Amino acid sequence: MNIIVVGLSHKTAPVEIREKVAFPPTAMAAPLAQMQALPAIAEAVIVSTCNRVELYAATRTPEAGIVELKAFLAHYHQLEQVALDPHLYHYEGEAAMQHVMRVAASLDSMVIGEPQILGQIKTAYGYATEFKTAGTILNRFLHKAFSVAKRVRNETEIASHAVSVSFAAVELARKIFDSLENKTVMLIGAGEMCELAAKHFVNNGVSKVLVTNRTFSRAEKLAEEFSGTAVNFDDFQEQLHRADIVLSSTGAPDYVLTAKKLKDVIKLRRYKPMFLIDIAVPRDIDPAANRLESIYLYDVDDLQGVVEANLKERQKEAVKAEAIIAGEVQQFQSWLATLEVKPTIVALRRQLEQVRQLEMEKTLSGLSHLGEKERKAIDAMTAAIVNKILHHPTSILKQASTSDDGNLYLDAVRTLFDLPEPAGETTDSVKPNRRS
Amino acid sequence: MGTSTLLTSSTTLIYLTASILYLAAMIGKKTKAGRLGRWFLLVGVIVHAGSFAVLHSRVGGTPVTSLQESLSFFAWCLVLLYLLLELRFRLSVMGSFAAPLAFVLMVASALSPNVVVQLNPLFKSWLFPVHITLAFLGNAAFALSFGAGIMYLVQNRMLKSKHFTGIFQLLPSLDTLDKVNYTCLSVGFPLMTLGIISGAFWANTAWGSYWSWDPKETWALITWFLYAALLHGRLSAGWRGRTAALFSIIAFMFLLFTFLGVNLLLSGYHTFEAFAVN
Repeated sequence: MNIIVVGLSHKTAPVEIREKVAFPPTAMAAPLAQMQALPAIAEAVIVSTCNRVELYAATRTPEAGIVELKAFLAHYHQLEQVALDPHLYHYEGEAAMQHVMRVAASLDSMVIGEPQILGQIKTAYGYATEFKTAGTILNRFLHKAFSVAKRVRNETEIASHAVSVSFAAVELARKIFDSLENKTVMLIGAGEMCELAAKHFVNNGVSKVLVTNRTFSRAEKLAEEFSGTAVNFDDFQEQLHRADIVLSSTGAPDYVLTAKKLKDVIKLRRYKPMFLIDIAVPRDIDPAANRLESIYLYDVDDLQGVVEANLKERQKEAVKAEAIIAGEVQQFQSWLATLEVKPTIVALRRQLEQVRQLEMEKTLSGLSHLGEKERKAIDAMTAAIVNKILHHPTSILKQASTSDDGNLYLDAVRTLFDLPEPAGETTDSVKPNRRS
Repeated sequence: MGTSTLLTSSTTLIYLTASILYLAAMIGKKTKAGRLGRWFLLVGVIVHAGSFAVLHSRVGGTPVTSLQESLSFFAWCLVLLYLLLELRFRLSVMGSFAAPLAFVLMVASALSPNVVVQLNPLFKSWLFPVHITLAFLGNAAFALSFGAGIMYLVQNRMLKSKHFTGIFQLLPSLDTLDKVNYTCLSVGFPLMTLGIISGAFWANTAWGSYWSWDPKETWALITWFLYAALLHGRLSAGWRGRTAALFSIIAFMFLLFTFLGVNLLLSGYHTFEAFAVN
């Protein structure tokens, strides 16, 4: 049994294409059932997010499976397959496992390390279990992918560096104030970016918001949004000492806050630290203020610099994550291989046991004078012979299953002992619905 | 090898292990290593206390009469206070300062001349161990405030210059470091003050005079004034952050001279030779 993936993402398809092939979460039953009904497909999971649409499947015939999935995707969305094909990628076997684990660990995301994707795959898997299209292979594999994503999160720092300007500001504030609770933020101007940054601060515990703007009504409106207080623009400098964090984004051509003014403010605050974020271009706050004790002034470029450095840091962590994934893929591949060899071993044992029982019956029927004790001894002895004979070939088969020539050994054993094709264990359990 | 030597050597090894663990926690960002480091320090401080107990019963008095013993006792006080500080602030990053410092003190102690003196009966007064313990605990608190001060300056510089190297992520916030600095100062100052007062009382019972302007006393007073000024500045003039961190670093330099320089370079009855029977 093999795992295959067919899909497209922000890396291979523009949004116009992505939106056409998206599967609405409210109607997953039909596409999942149709996908699983494809001749080559045993198990099915559909992942559909705004950045990617991916079909995960378990199959005995990867090549046919990939062709069927591509055709299904085009057909289901009533698109020309020729138009869709250039945007599609496909993976099978180890490459497919590696891809899914990378996606789950957010290594393939637009912003590496963003946490949403794992939740989205979990939801997709939830639908597959609800509609019973995921079986032994995908169940086990996706649980593995989730645990790998968790490992990546715990063992690397892939998600611990803020990669948006607003979050970088919050992260820096935590390096100054520790906790943002009971802190006051003042918004000078009511720009969109300023508002967004303020939202992040409020979401991270800032309790008090003061808003000032040249148009007082706008300040009042914004203050209301944060359950804060509007401050008259003419008075705001007198109120400034109350603010621990200042976000400034006016359209003023000159500095709204001079270093001299801030020197007085910080004195008034008895040198309690102040974090100033100047989002305006041209700048609102005199850069010289950063030289004053207990004042930490960041402009847009500074924050952008932090974001870029953090992105680089995430890239570095991604290398560690890739190593974790490589190891896990190998492990899963081994499990899958032992799954393949298991039915053959079971069949081999069953066949030899049948031979033993048959020969035992024949022999013992001619030895009626033997007592129960003797019969049991002969039974134990023959069972031991069979076990001893099987021990070595079984372990060789198990070992070979994880190597490239595993199938060669399996075929040889099946031919030599005339065993049936292993339609049994794995296939039966992974196709519960198709046959029902 | 005597029991106390064995215990002291074990302590040194335990402190070394704790240092490695704390440094691994800081550099390799392994929080488990930090937690393990704390356990090692805890065991270390107990074994270390055992070595003092053995030594105490052997010399029949407070075993802090040579440079070797003083350095060792200082290390013990430092680790003890650090563990209390970690309990309060959960700052294992400070452990990567405290544990190696304790280890270095133990090594310095082991390398110092092992002078076994016949203790002057004057030092068998109960006031002597009280004086010594208070003074050393005070010193240890100031050493930790020095560590927090250094970390504050590094963090402050990074935030101001906007160059964030690896250590930036590991250091606690400026606010926390300032609190640690202040906590150490507010613990260290009363300890030092009581240490000086108990010393004066003991001097009176020993020599009939509370204060005799011995070099150690003079330098201790200078250091006390510095720390008093820092505390005053913090409480009344709003000193905090960088100013307070810098001041605590400078004051600790004076303290180091009072602790080591005076004993080694100047003469007076605080020199180790003076502890012996004449």
